[in-house]
Amino acid sequence: MKSARLNKLTPYMFLAPAGLVLALGLLYPIAYMVYASFLSWNPSQLIGEADWVGLKNYSDLLVDEAFRESLWVTMKFAFIVVFVEMLVGVGLALLLDRNIRGISVLRTIFILPMMIAPIVVGLMWRYMYHPSVGIFNKTLKDMGFESIPWLSDSTWALVSVIIADVWQWTPFIFILSLAALQSLPKSPLEAARIDGATPWQQIIYIKIPLMMPVLIVTLLLRLIDAFKVLEVILVMTNGGPGLSTEIMALRISRTASEFRELGEAAAMSNYLLLFLLLLTMAMFIYNKIVETRKEKLLAAAEEG
Amino acid sequence: MTTKTENRQNPAFYALILALIIMSLGPIILMLTTSLKLNVDIMSDASSLLFAPTLNNYETVLCDVLWYEPGHVDYCNPTFSRALGNSLIIALVSTAITLVLGCMAAYALVRFKFMGRGAVSLTTLMMRMVPPAVLLVPVFGIWTFNYGLDGTYSGIILVYVAMNLPFVIWILQSFIVQVPIQLEEAAKMDGANPLQIFFLVVLPVIKPGLAAAAIFTFRIAWNEFLLANALLDRGTRTVPVTIVNSLTEYDIDWGVIMATGMLLAVPPIIFTFIASKQIITGMTAGAVKG
Repeated sequence: MKSARLNKLTPYMFLAPAGLVLALGLLYPIAYMVYASFLSWNPSQLIGEADWVGLKNYSDLLVDEAFRESLWVTMKFAFIVVFVEMLVGVGLALLLDRNIRGISVLRTIFILPMMIAPIVVGLMWRYMYHPSVGIFNKTLKDMGFESIPWLSDSTWALVSVIIADVWQWTPFIFILSLAALQSLPKSPLEAARIDGATPWQQIIYIKIPLMMPVLIVTLLLRLIDAFKVLEVILVMTNGGPGLSTEIMALRISRTASEFRELGEAAAMSNYLLLFLLLLTMAMFIYNKIVETRKEKLLAAAEEG
Repeated sequence: MTTKTENRQNPAFYALILALIIMSLGPIILMLTTSLKLNVDIMSDASSLLFAPTLNNYETVLCDVLWYEPGHVDYCNPTFSRALGNSLIIALVSTAITLVLGCMAAYALVRFKFMGRGAVSLTTLMMRMVPPAVLLVPVFGIWTFNYGLDGTYSGIILVYVAMNLPFVIWILQSFIVQVPIQLEEAAKMDGANPLQIFFLVVLPVIKPGLAAAAIFTFRIAWNEFLLANALLDRGTRTVPVTIVNSLTEYDIDWGVIMATGMLLAVPPIIFTFIASKQIITGMTAGAVKG
């Protein structure tokens, strides 16, 4: 009798600690943030002393030039970065999809950039972009070219942070698409080869369409991550020159710590979160569609 | 067939692979060589490969914990060595707690069919979406005013555990699903209680999953900057925070800062080399299984 009750309680016993931590450390903060976004609140006040201002933070942000600029920079950064990374990553995977000896060593080397702290990645690139001691300008000078204002010109600064992110995250897409390529069913490719399809035709009509589900999920995952980038840019440019590389995450942290507008920072966080929520839902819905389609096909195959 | 294609590879193919290796390792090697240089060598115009390597920068960073007193350090700044200690404690403790809680929760979700796998992967995805920047305001507010945990280890550890739990639960679930139920039933026949079954039967089988989860958690706790910067004070700061603090607009001591960066990069690099397989499993699981 006692052991039966114990057994009934076991799942709760196992789940409770994790649930408690998640509630205290994640759910409560997020709810708190939603509440704080309706307040005019600065860090020296207790939250109870802050004034309720309703939707003012949200509407102020919509007409705030700096916020709109930062939104635009974030969009540019995220979409360019993901586009370039997909192109290069998938391209490389298609090129290198053969039996290479030591592919596991290669993979290990390629994941290094992702494992290292973003702060350190920013540091390395800031050093390489350095106007006088950096390797890029040194090389340019040795070859007799003009040096480039990598981080001090507003257009170049955005290009520079994009290059750094592409360096760090292209391997992610490369590894995922290589894994997808190597697990493709063999028969359609064999059939195409026998029918005399050229390598290009095989890629465009067979490999890419078959990889599509993985590619789309990879793309959305990367896009979500690209909106979260902060440390690399913080170390390299701290958002400057001007506002040229001030992506949203950086703007939130500056609004909170420099301008001391916690309410506004919370409202900004909510905008970012809503946007990411849309992306995530898109990904989830896509996954569901693919799964149901697969099940239908399987069911049809079994019937027939 | 495989051996034939392997032998007939185009030389351009190997050139491409070599170029890729150089590109991904280049910046890391550059950081390593810079950390082994004196500032005179860093600033000089001469070739960057010819220099006398020195451990001076590392001695400056670690002066507080070295058993000898390096001659070139006039004033020993204990900030870095303290930060290294803080980083280690925080990352290790968060990893341990996340693993224990994550394991238990994942086990309950699988074996007691508590919530569908769909619900868990949805929450994992949702959590993956939340940028640390979004947590900045509430975490700062709550930890300072409600919990009184600002500046303490436990405060930051709570955030890291909460941030990592969804992913860890989700990845461990996929390993626990593969543990044959017969194994557990046999243990039950022999009179083991649920806790014994969990610790003595299930845990040993899912070791690879634990390794992947541990590496991912450790990496996030070890590398994180933003929340650490907001929550920790002078005595409890982690390495990423001290690195950013020592970056000023002008006159950066590149040698020392690169040495610090290198020390921060070493643990993830070691993990990558000993467990790249588990890391890739963890990474691809996110995209391939959804």
